[in-house]
Formats: sequence, C-alpha cells, structure tokens
Amino acid sequence: MATRYFGERIKRNEDPRLLTGQGLYVDDVDLPNMLHAAFVRSPYAHAKINSIDVSQALQREGVAAIYTANDLGDYWKPGPLLVSPPPVKDIVFNEKTQVPLAKDKVKFAGEPIVMVLAESRYIAEDALADIRIDYEPLEAVVDLEKAIQPDSTLIHEEIGSNIAAHVVQTKGDYDAAKKDAALVIKRRFSYEHGCAAAIENRGIVAEWDSRAGRLTVWDTTQAPVVIRNGLANMLGLSERQVRVIAPFIGGGFGPKIMMFYQEEVLVPWVAMKLNRPVKWIEDRAENFVATTHERGQIHDAEIALDKDGRILGVHDVFLHDTGAYAPYGLTVALNSQANVLGLYDIQNYYSEFTAVFTNKTIVTPYRGAGRQHGVFVIERLLDLAAKELKIDRAEIRRRNFIQPDQFPYNNEIIYQDFAPLVYDSGNYEPLLDETLERIGYHKFVNETQPKLRAEGKHVGIGIVAYVEGTGIGPYEGAKVQVMSSGRVSVVTGVGTQGQGHFTSFAQIVAEQLSVDVNMIDVVTGDTDQFYWGAGTFASRGAVVAGNAINEAAKVVRKKILKLASEHFNAPEDELELADGMVKVQDLPRMSISLGELAGKANPMRGAVKPGTEPGLEATSYFGPERGATASGIHAMIVEVNPETLQIHIQKYLVVHDCGKVINPLILDGQIHGGVAQGIGNAFYERLAYDENGQLLNGTFMDYHLPTSLDVPRIETGHGVTLSPLNPMGVKGAGEAGAIPVGPLFAQALEDALHDVDFEILEIPLNSNRLWELVSGK
Amino acid sequence: MKPAPFEYHVPDSLEQALALLKEHGGDAKLLAGGQSLVPAMNFRVVQPGVLIDLNRVSELAYVRQDGENLRIGAMTRERTLEIDPLVAKQSPLLEEAMPHVAHPQIRNRGTLGGSLANADPAAELPVIMLALGARLKARNVSGERWMEAHDFFSGMFTTALAPDEILVEIELPPDLPHTGWSFMEVAPRAGDYALMGVAAQVTLDENGRCRQARLVYLNAGDGPVDAKEAAKILGGEMPNDDVIEAMAELVSRKEINPFGNIHASSDFQRHLAGVLTRKALKQAIERAGEDGLQ
Ligand SMILES: Cc1cc2nc3c(=O)[nH]c(=O)nc-3n(C[C@H](O)[C@H](O)[C@H](O)COP(=O)(O)OP(=O)(O)OC[C@H]3O[C@@H](n4cnc5c(N)ncnc54)[C@H](O)[C@@H]3O)c2cc1C
Repeated sequence: MATRYFGERIKRNEDPRLLTGQGLYVDDVDLPNMLHAAFVRSPYAHAKINSIDVSQALQREGVAAIYTANDLGDYWKPGPLLVSPPPVKDIVFNEKTQVPLAKDKVKFAGEPIVMVLAESRYIAEDALADIRIDYEPLEAVVDLEKAIQPDSTLIHEEIGSNIAAHVVQTKGDYDAAKKDAALVIKRRFSYEHGCAAAIENRGIVAEWDSRAGRLTVWDTTQAPVVIRNGLANMLGLSERQVRVIAPFIGGGFGPKIMMFYQEEVLVPWVAMKLNRPVKWIEDRAENFVATTHERGQIHDAEIALDKDGRILGVHDVFLHDTGAYAPYGLTVALNSQANVLGLYDIQNYYSEFTAVFTNKTIVTPYRGAGRQHGVFVIERLLDLAAKELKIDRAEIRRRNFIQPDQFPYNNEIIYQDFAPLVYDSGNYEPLLDETLERIGYHKFVNETQPKLRAEGKHVGIGIVAYVEGTGIGPYEGAKVQVMSSGRVSVVTGVGTQGQGHFTSFAQIVAEQLSVDVNMIDVVTGDTDQFYWGAGTFASRGAVVAGNAINEAAKVVRKKILKLASEHFNAPEDELELADGMVKVQDLPRMSISLGELAGKANPMRGAVKPGTEPGLEATSYFGPERGATASGIHAMIVEVNPETLQIHIQKYLVVHDCGKVINPLILDGQIHGGVAQGIGNAFYERLAYDENGQLLNGTFMDYHLPTSLDVPRIETGHGVTLSPLNPMGVKGAGEAGAIPVGPLFAQALEDALHDVDFEILEIPLNSNRLWELVSGK
Repeated sequence: MKPAPFEYHVPDSLEQALALLKEHGGDAKLLAGGQSLVPAMNFRVVQPGVLIDLNRVSELAYVRQDGENLRIGAMTRERTLEIDPLVAKQSPLLEEAMPHVAHPQIRNRGTLGGSLANADPAAELPVIMLALGARLKARNVSGERWMEAHDFFSGMFTTALAPDEILVEIELPPDLPHTGWSFMEVAPRAGDYALMGVAAQVTLDENGRCRQARLVYLNAGDGPVDAKEAAKILGGEMPNDDVIEAMAELVSRKEINPFGNIHASSDFQRHLAGVLTRKALKQAIERAGEDGLQ
C-alpha cells in the first residue's frame, strides 16, 4: 500500500522558509537606483480641488518627480469594472470606478491626489508637506438613508443620484405565502464597516528593463495574472513583456483582489516613464483609508412562519454601502442577498437592494464578502421566531434544513458568479447533531446554565448555521513536471497569501505520483511561470486550482507509466509507483527513479515520436460549472460581566463540511483564522466615521483587533459530503470561520444576559454598545 | 509614517543632557522609552528639531531605598517597577497597577519618567503617583526642585516641567500602618488604555474606622482625577455598604468629568466608575483590615 498524502495532517512545506525569515515579500525587493513613492491623500471626504501647487516640493533635495492627475495625460482614466452587473431583470447599475489620482474633486478621505517620487520614503514624505492644495470642502455623504434622499448632496453628479445599483430578485411569492403565516416578524438589522487588517499592507515595486523591453512588477495582489493582463493593456505592452510576481504575502482576505488600485496603475507607469525602479509600500495609516473596506448594510427584513416554526417566506429590503466607487460591481451585495436563504428550505423570497455611493473608502469583498450580513439577518430572524413560538433554537433550524435528498437545491436567484444559486450537495443535520453533542447543548441548557444563573453568573450559549458558496469559476490551470533531479514542480497562476498552498497543492500531486510532499516544489503567483488564471478569491484555490493540479498530475502519472512500461518492457498494470520510483511488481531490481525517467523523456539522440512530447509534464485547466456549497455550524459558550459588559469566551466549536479534506491541519488553520476575524468583526472591530466622513480610528490603537487573549481555543469537527462538481469532491473553506460569528455573538449574549429584555440587531458590538442596549439607551 | 528630519544627540550623563536641553530649549524633545514619542513623531504629530536620547544616562535608572522612602530614577523601565521587590514592598498599589500598563514589550522600553512627563489622562502611573502622594524631582542646569504629584500634572498632556527641565527622580513615601490598596480598570482588551480605572488607598485606625482614604481615577478628566469629596465621606467612618454606595454615587455623578470617546460614551464611563469604585473600595478596606487589626 503506497503512502497516503491526500487527507493527511502534514506540516507545511513553506514554514521553515517563512519562520527563518527566508520568504520574499514585496518590501524585500530592493533594487539599485530605486525611487520611493508617497502620495498626498485627501484629508476631506468630499471637496473640490481648486488648485494644486507642487513648486516648492520640487525644490526639495532628493525629490525626483511629482505628478498630479493633469500630468498623467491620456493615461488618466477610470479603472476597469472588475465584475459587470449580473443578468437580473430591470437592474439599475451606475458604473463608477476609481481614478488614478483625483482631478477636480475628492470623493473619500484618503483618496490619492498627488504622487511624489524621491530618493527615499523619508524625503518623499517630507515633500508631501511642501505641497499646497486649495480645497473647497463639500458636504460629505455618509449616512446611507440620507444619501438616497432626493435632496442629498451628490458624489457623482452625472448620475443624478447616489444610487450605484438597484436589484430585485425573487423566488416564489412572498406576499401570498405570508397570508398563511402564524407568525410574522419584522426587524431592522445593521452591520457596520470593518477592514481586513492583513499583517502585511499593500506594496508594489516596478522595474522597467528598457533593453529587454520588459516590465517586472512585484505586487501584493491576489490576482497576478489579471494584473499582468491589465497592465499590458494600459501601458501598451504585450502580455509577454510584463511579468507580475506576487511573492509571499502577509494575508490577502479579499482587499488584495481589488483591481486596479490607484498605486497599481501609477507605480509601473512611472517606473517606465523615469526608467528607474520605483517602490511604494503602503503604511498602516494609508492602509486604513486607502485599502478597501467591507460591511456597511441596513436590512429591513421580515420572516413569515407557520405555527411549527417552518419558514413560509422571507422578505428583505436592504441598503448596501459601496463607498465612493464600485469597481468590484455587486459581488458583496449579491452574496448578502443569497446568504439570507442560508441552509434552509425557503420557497418564497423577495429581496431588494440598493447599493449606495458614500464619501467613504471603497467597499469590496473581505473574507465572507457580504455573506456575514445575510447570515446575520436569517439567523437573527430565526432566533426571534424561536422565542415567540417557544421552540428550541436548534430545533427551529433543524425543522427548516434542506434535506439531503433535495440536492441539487435550486434557490433560483442569481449568485455572484451569475449562475443560478444552486447548492450542489450537503447534509446539515449530522453537523448540527455533532455540534449539540460536542458543546453539550442539552446538558448546558437544562443543568449547567440554571445552576450558573442561580449563582448570579451570566453565561450564555449560541448555535448558528451558515452555508458558504465557494470555488466559483471561471477556471485555473496548472503545470506539473517531473524534474531530472526527481523533484516535482507544480506551477499555477493563483497567488498565495498564507493559505498553505505550497503544501496542500503538493499533497494532491504527491498522492497521484507517490512522491513525498517535500519533494514537490510549488510555485504560485509568477506570471512568467504560468500564463493563465484568474486569482485567489471566493474560497476557490483548493477547488479550482487544486482540481487543475490534480488533472495535470493524473496525465503525468499516465506518461510515467507509459514510458516506464517501454523502458522495462513490462505492461503498465504490472508497474507500481512508490517513493519517487517506478517498480515492476515482484521484481525488486527492476526499478527506476522518476528523475532518471524524466531524463529518458528528454532524449538527446534519436527523435521524439510524432504525437508525443518531451518530458514528463502536463498542463491542465479546470473550471467548475458553478460553485460548490460548503456549510457548517458554529457554537459558543460565553460569559458576560453584567456590570462592565466585558466578555469571556469559554468554548468555541465549529463543525463544518467542505467536502473532501486535503489537509486537516491546514483546514483547521483556515477555520481558526476565520473565527478570529469573525470575533473581531462581531465584538471589537468597527470603522468609526464621523458625520464629515472622517475615519476616527485609523490606527491599531483605536481599531481594536482581537488579540491572542481574546480569541479562545477553537475546536473543529468535519462532516464530509463530496461535491459532485469537481473530480476531487472538494469545497472551499477559506471563509467558513468568519461568516456566522456575528449572529452567534448576538444569540449567545442575549442568552447570557437573560434577565434583561433586549434584542441585538446590529454588529459589531463592544462593551459600551452592549451596555447601551441592556440599559435601553 | 516616517518622522520629519531631526538632529540626534545621545549624551552619556545628566549634566550633558541638561546642557543640551538648555541649548536647544523648546525645539528639543527628550527621548526616554520612545513608546509615546516615537509613534507621535512617525505620525508627524510631533516634529522636534532636536532629539536628546536619555537611554545612555544610566544614572537615571535605579530603584533605591532611602530611609523609609523609595527613590526611583526617571529612566527606570516600567517592567522594572512590575518586578522589583523593593517596589512591591513599598507600594503594592504600584505593583498591582503595572500589568495594566500597555503590553510587556512596551513596558520593557517605556519608563516611569516618560509616562509621567507624557501626562496622558488615561495612563495608570500618574494616577498611582497621586494616590501614593509621591514627590517628583526636576533638574535643570542651575539646580533642582521638588514637586508634589498634585502640582506636577497641570492638564491634558501637560506638566509643570519647564522646557529646560528634566524629571529625574520620583520619591514614594511608605504606606501608613493598616493601609489597604486596590487598582482596578476596565479596558477593551488587555494592554489597552482603559475606559475607566481607579486607584484606591484606604488607611484604617486601630478601631477599624477610616483614618484616611484616597480615590484617584484615570480617563476621567483632563488629568488624574483625585476624588477628594468622596474620600472625605469615608473619613472617620466605619466602612459599610451605605458609605461605599454614597461614595460611588458621588464619584460617578459629580467628581469625575469623563469626555467619552469612540470606545465608551461618557455615560458608560461614569457607570464604570461607579462599578469600579464599589469593588476597589471593598478590596482596599478588606486588605487594610488584614494588616493586624483587632
Ligand atoms: C500600544 C501601546 C499601548 C500603551 N498602553 C498604555 C497603557 O495602557 N497605559 C499607559 O499608561 N501607557 C500606555 N502606553 C504608553 C507607555 O506606557 C509609554 O511608554 C509611556 O507613556 C511613555 O514612556 P516612554 O518612556 O516611552 O516615554 P517617551 O515616549 O520617550 O516620552 C514621552 C514624553 O515624555 C517626555 N519625557 C520622557 N522622559 C522625560 C523626562 N525624564 N523628563 C522630562 N520629559 C520626559 C518626552 O520628551 C516625551 O514628550 C502605551 C503605549 C503603546 C505604544
């Protein structure tokens, strides 16, 4: 029996490099003669620019060049729309994408206006202070509801309103269903802005080699191939002249898939223009305003149920904050719309949203990408219904689960990938049962909690459920190649930001070729190594790139067997792959290493026969027809101090199903990180804007991330229903940890503070907000 | 987030440091642990033309018993205050407060003098100095002067130090017999500046009546807030729940003046002041009683 690699808890291949400081990050790229860029960013959320005077700054020693919008000439144009509007009937969509440098008007605080290039970042920052800009402040559009009033100040005057989009999607007939309802619950829910706060900020280094006619760009992007294509197009180069490298990246989480950031457009251009390498590394102060945000929705939602708690229908009308521009189309809002349906059999659904421009940082997907808001709405509605109908909260969920025989389950509305929202597979009850069992739900509710309450302790439990649409198209590709050393090379176009691709991708190949995982070298994110691809987003790396790798590895395996069969003059079915060797069964001396075999596949004499290729390599592509749906349950026990409203999480459990698991260790890491971000999003992190559109907490002193003391030990459990949509049967898991934490907090905190009559209808919370809610302020 | 250009001096002695400070006057900043100053410089909120680094002035880093008083040099690291046995013996209140000051990494660099000179109303150390009745010594080229902690803190991030003066030493008197202490605060996360915090010192007489009490609050006004009126209520009384309740009420409603911020409204801060006052007083009274009372 050959050693198994797929599905094993294998330690990460990349860690020795990363932990000994050998990983290359963008800021490690240090080139001779390099210039450093810094940007004047608008201090106002909304203002006219009357004039810009850079003359004094140009005098400063060490300043090489300064550019305003007007200096960019034809190169100045709005960025591309990344995701076009979905094919939904009667959709309204007003396209507005960011510009490289603000020209006549600034639309959010932090928007770049002037680019300075100097011999060092210090000098560049000194020069920023020399630049004089005459602003005429305008009223800032901050509040979502006021923004859509007819008398509101306009951000993009040419549209005639602040409406970015309006979308209605329906399934069945909610109004008709509501007529038979035993209970209708209606509430307003809100979900405020937060940011991804990756440990590494963004950064770009660009170098133009004028002799070779080649541009090399190191970029903290999640989508190097798409950046390569776009840059070639913008700069008038062929794709083969541009190489984009996304090296090791300290966290992506979505904002690094945004394309094209202003700096991404400008830095390569100016490197060519000045014929000098240019570096821009975003600092944390910039990151808070210049890197995209997420969240920011208000839902007016209604649920209709029968007397047994079965959902008859859901009605939801919501406002979605896109910030000042909407380059990412409607992905976030579409995800919210889809996720209100959760893992429940809901036959009647009316969903309407208005995406609204505001004078805030641009909103694009961040881990969860709108799913959080939808899950919050449906899970809270179910909690409220359970209370009214006196049904246990786990039970009301169970009664509404889509049953295993209902898959594929069609939700009829259009999803973020523009395909109808069809769940491919799932089996939810076993997940719930395992959760209840492992968190000790019944014992806690019936025995422990009453005892604790009698002692005056405020300890609550929460149980919530979610689905995660993952692994959408269009496609990814990979090349697998046996090298003459016997090592195996795997290259793919996706970027990697800490997900463990160097290990999980290697495991897929190891399994097919029976080669040890640490004999496999994975390269991601270098467009010279692999030409085609889309990027790392929507929890799709393992599903889409993973399956492409698997397919390529299968072809290589065939080639190995064919060549070895010729070599040994033995039939293929008598050959066996193990430990990097091909052996003839029962003939121990008849064996050859894969390296040697690779040499034979590249003959220096004779001829490569027609119809065959040299080498033991293959390139394959994979594009699923639609996304694979993962699912899960989160549960938590939390203690609240009723006087200070400080919390302490005693237990946290995630039981989920992402299909076949490639590496449980890496999967746990994904879940843990997601939960940590979810906890931050639920209780600590909130981007606080004032009425002038100023961010009030743009530092880690005031934007509170949960620390190691605030994130508890997280237990995990796995159910497995294979996805029928890909040969490996995998589903994504990148966002699973982060999605349902908001409603989990709401439910568990209400439960803990059982002696107060209050409802939590908003996220994020903190001790102060909780105190206001319990004391009716 | 790079500082504006500055001239850098790193004197080896206090004399040299004082001379440099006199020479550069208002354009100069002293660099102690740098944990408050350097971020402010990186944000360019502060742009000193000259930086005088005190980190090689080793004569300013010490903890020394001098008769019944404890003398602490201004450059003593916060971490030292946390672990030094002399500090624990002289002022258990100070020892108890230290883990609440930032994070261990920051305490390894941050200094007592830096924290006091910085005079952040949300900082723990100024509050402790008031509660303990510390005295502070400042020097300039021509001499030295002593100040009561009360007179040292003159408002939001301001002190009584003149531009040519360096804070050099802090003197902590011993606690009276039968003194109990308590430090409590509520912070969003461990290590954050607190939303509200209180230092309590209660001294009882032989009969268990309160001889003297002190309650000082952080983040409750534009400097450490000494709740004198509330403390007076306890004077001469046998501590009991009614008295404590009256004190908590007086403090939270009248004696503090919290401004509120994005993390806590002033209402919540007042509420917390009440909660903390009750708890801290109870703990301080209990500890005072443990000290050999009949
Ligand atoms: C993340 C973080 C969290 C923190 N949390 C807390 C907290 O919870 N509670 C808290 O109290 N503090 C907190 N701090 C601040 C920390 O305690 C600082 O170290 C301290 O306030 C300043 O001490 P320092 O030695 O670093 O002074 P520096 O930053 O070097 O100096 C501060 C100021 O004091 C002046 N100065 C320094 N020494 C002298 C002297 N001897 N004479 C005259 N002037 C002098 C300087 O010129 C400067 O203006 C935090 C800091 C950080 C970075």
